[in-house]
Amino acid sequence: MRPPSGRIGCALTLSIFASIGLTIVYALGGQTQLEGLLLFVALGGIAVALVGWAHNFLPKGPFEQSREERMAKPVAETEAEESFEAGADVVGRRYFLVRMLGLAVAALGAAAVFPVRSLGTRPGRSLSVTSWRTGRRLVTEDGRPIKAADVIEGTLLTVFPEGHTDAMDSQTILVRLPQQIVKPLPGREDWSPDGIIAFSKVCTHAGCPVGLYNEESHRLFCPCHQSVFDVLKAAKPIAGPANRALPQLPIRVDTGGYLVARSDFHEPIGPSFWSIDHA
Amino acid sequence: MLRKLARWIDDRLGTSRFVEESLNKIFPDHWAFLLGEIALYSFVVLVLTGTFLTFFFTPSLTQHIYHGTYAPLHGVKVSDAYNSVVNLSFQVRAGLVMRQTHHWAALVFIAAMVVHLCRIYFTGAFRRPREINWMIGVTMLLLGIFNGFSGYSLPDDLLSGTGVRIMYSVLLSVPIVGTWLAFLIFGGDYPSTSIVSRLFVLHVMIVPAALAAMIGAHLAIIWRQKHTQFRGPGKREDNVVGPRLWPTYAFNSIGLFFGVFAVCTALGGLIQINPVWLYGPYNPSQVTSPAQPDWFMGWLEGALRIFPNFEPHIFGWVIPNVFFPAVLLPGVTFMLLYAWPFIEAKVSGDYGPHHLLDDARDRPVRTALGAATLSFYVMLFLAASNDILAKSFNVPVGNITWTFRGLVLGVPPLVGLFVHRVMRALQRDDPRRFTELPLEAVTEGD
Repeated sequence: MRPPSGRIGCALTLSIFASIGLTIVYALGGQTQLEGLLLFVALGGIAVALVGWAHNFLPKGPFEQSREERMAKPVAETEAEESFEAGADVVGRRYFLVRMLGLAVAALGAAAVFPVRSLGTRPGRSLSVTSWRTGRRLVTEDGRPIKAADVIEGTLLTVFPEGHTDAMDSQTILVRLPQQIVKPLPGREDWSPDGIIAFSKVCTHAGCPVGLYNEESHRLFCPCHQSVFDVLKAAKPIAGPANRALPQLPIRVDTGGYLVARSDFHEPIGPSFWSIDHA
Repeated sequence: MLRKLARWIDDRLGTSRFVEESLNKIFPDHWAFLLGEIALYSFVVLVLTGTFLTFFFTPSLTQHIYHGTYAPLHGVKVSDAYNSVVNLSFQVRAGLVMRQTHHWAALVFIAAMVVHLCRIYFTGAFRRPREINWMIGVTMLLLGIFNGFSGYSLPDDLLSGTGVRIMYSVLLSVPIVGTWLAFLIFGGDYPSTSIVSRLFVLHVMIVPAALAAMIGAHLAIIWRQKHTQFRGPGKREDNVVGPRLWPTYAFNSIGLFFGVFAVCTALGGLIQINPVWLYGPYNPSQVTSPAQPDWFMGWLEGALRIFPNFEPHIFGWVIPNVFFPAVLLPGVTFMLLYAWPFIEAKVSGDYGPHHLLDDARDRPVRTALGAATLSFYVMLFLAASNDILAKSFNVPVGNITWTFRGLVLGVPPLVGLFVHRVMRALQRDDPRRFTELPLEAVTEGD
């Protein structure tokens, strides 16, 4: 066993070598793992040396100090209060001016709040509308229009309105169901041509993209918080935290054979908000 | 030379009395008193490494095609922010070690604060006169969690981008003002082009400045009130026993700083963290699966996952589902944390000053409540991995979710009762350590 001073010296020597090594590694172009290790040794050496030094050579005591009680010092407190009140009395005599000063500060404070409004645009109806319009074609993310035949049973296709592939509130998923099992809701009978059915891809729980599809059970999964939507029941949530069905996009096939939107979504897409029922 | 300088300063500022007092100041010695220091020193590591990172990071969401040295991303549309993070990881010398050390130090920082908070709670160090410091500490935890979140959101990668999307939905869920709140903070409808630059200013300036100010206040108050100490021979309410600041405590503490720094750099150099080039750039129509946030967001993530699909409509107005787990839960959590010193004083009727710490067994109810509360958050944390558990054990994720709903409600009371029994047994049979406690003492009860 080395004497403590020897061990401390050793730790410091290691630290010095590691620091030199670090400069060399850096000069040679850097290497993440080596840098980490050398930094560990360089810093750790100093740590070991300081703590070892304190442990072996420095007075540990224990020493004792009294803890002066500052809880109950009525004298000092009263003095402070008196000093404050003496000044406040002089000020308070100008009763009218004190009021005006308060009013001026309050008015300035209120005026200073207004720039907060500059931070963002007015919500208006922006949560209720997307970029889908009547007759607008469905295109893939790279802008390719889609024919009904392009939608293959069992796969999930993400589409956008033509010319708006960066409109993230408009992202929509297409799935094709065997024609015989499609049971459209009343009023939606002509929304799913050839068994192709379109839902908003934005989860109604916290807004993640609903990106997973199980073709056997015809269920859509949100990978963020595991909400499950049943495509056979108009994307009604059947498990997990989501509460609202994924809004369905009415679509049809146009004369050129391309899929187009019949209209925008009929309800707000994405997560709920306070006034969603009025939107 | 140094002596001359000291005298010169003293002539002008009259500092020598303060310095003399300070150097002789006594700090009680216990390993558990170092937890807060670990938080402090990891904050220093964060400032040092973070400053380096700001020299290379571009807080902008302008999109362009990637042409850097990382081949798998060639031709991919990325934002300036993402691009700059990939570049600082691969093209800036020592960039990756700095970035990973920064991320690890953030995890250590928040972990140290949480463990420190537990120490303060279980030893009763929050009691009068230390309520102010407790509240400053809770505020620092809140700011630390916010800055952890804002920090990992900056690279605009697929994993964190999804987190930012969820944050938008959470803001949107606030009753009455939610829509405006989300639009003002993000600058408009989602996705926003200004959120990264806004988070950046908060992350590198406002929050660190606030943290630094609060650390200053936290330490100044400790300085003024003097540190608490455990009960022991020669230790009384009216004294402090331990080594002096100079030189012993200073050597140990600065040694600890180097130790914390060393561990952070070793983690940063050797263990990969947040490899954003593997996640890919953020694209709102894509998502990684499975997706887990950093550990300190785990309790909120778990709560979002297991909260039932409850969404009340009241007179035509809606309280969105995410409001309950993501706004109400953290709101109540932090309100209770802030109020705890006052709640306990009120319930126990003990309003007096305390400088000697409690042993956890001396306060079975407080200890049991603390343990139960902790187990509640641990269950929420674990629930955030329901997708991974489902995959690993090949069980439907719904079953795991239901199991966790049960565990979150069922485990805390059991833990509370068990801990209460153990503490009572420790008090009654008085073995020095928990490990020396005979099993019968716990099973028999009072």
